[in-house]
Amino acid sequence: MKGSLIIVGFFILGVVAGRLGWLDIDTFGFDISFTALALLMLCVGIGVGSDLGALKSLRSLDSRLLLLPLVTIAGTLAGCALIAVFMPWRSLTDTLAVGSGFGYYSLSSIFITQYRGPELGTVALLANIAREIITLLGAPLLVRLAGPLSAISAGGATSMDTTLPIITNVSGKEFVILSIYHGFVVDFSVPFLVTFFCSL
Amino acid sequence: MFTIILIMAGGITLGWCLRGRKLPFLGRLTNMLIWVLLFLLGVEVGGDERIVEGIASLGVEAIAVAVAGVAGCSLGAWLLWRWAKRRKEVASK
Repeated sequence: MKGSLIIVGFFILGVVAGRLGWLDIDTFGFDISFTALALLMLCVGIGVGSDLGALKSLRSLDSRLLLLPLVTIAGTLAGCALIAVFMPWRSLTDTLAVGSGFGYYSLSSIFITQYRGPELGTVALLANIAREIITLLGAPLLVRLAGPLSAISAGGATSMDTTLPIITNVSGKEFVILSIYHGFVVDFSVPFLVTFFCSL
Repeated sequence: MFTIILIMAGGITLGWCLRGRKLPFLGRLTNMLIWVLLFLLGVEVGGDERIVEGIASLGVEAIAVAVAGVAGCSLGAWLLWRWAKRRKEVASK
């Protein structure tokens, strides 16, 4: 939660700076956003690559439950496609790109800003922060209504870090490995799916 | 656009080669880059009159997408749970 507040803090600081005209990105002489994004993706990749070995303990899991990340991705996109019907001012692919953040607000909003501009980037930031907050606050209710997997699914890409404690709490300790694996796979899918929907 | 994906693939390969080694700076560097990028997103948003004026409706839109996404995947997770449980019950009989 503290990490999210810092991130939102930087965003708000940026809004104030932009509002008051403290700095103009276009005068940098090079594309600073793209350079920083490329560096970020390198770091994220190194993190993923060095963690791959941690997935070995998965063999102890029920093989059907390994489908959970796919269910999360398909279910989220189905929900977003449905809500897109009520938002005629947005294209279906824009809404799907926002939904493809799966709670990974930093990366998805950065990507979408790069491809689709700051307006949709802001929607992505807010929507994916909202998803994390909904999971943190609503996990007990979700588990009561839709079973222990729903809290993991709702957590999306965050089910391996920020929402892991609440998931362990409400779904049970036996779901820790599944939750980490789920977060890992969904997390990994974010840059691909967002890029995919933005390029359609 | 796919340059970014290629860079990430390179990072994964590099990370795989470095596995088992402690990379304490990596998390900090990742965080700092995220801060810089979110700050820059803020600068763009703050400098754009249209977005600042529409922030409330963008917020409503964002919450609608988030709720729809959570509802959709929870329904899927519920169906998967029922399926996995039923198979287990059949198997134990």
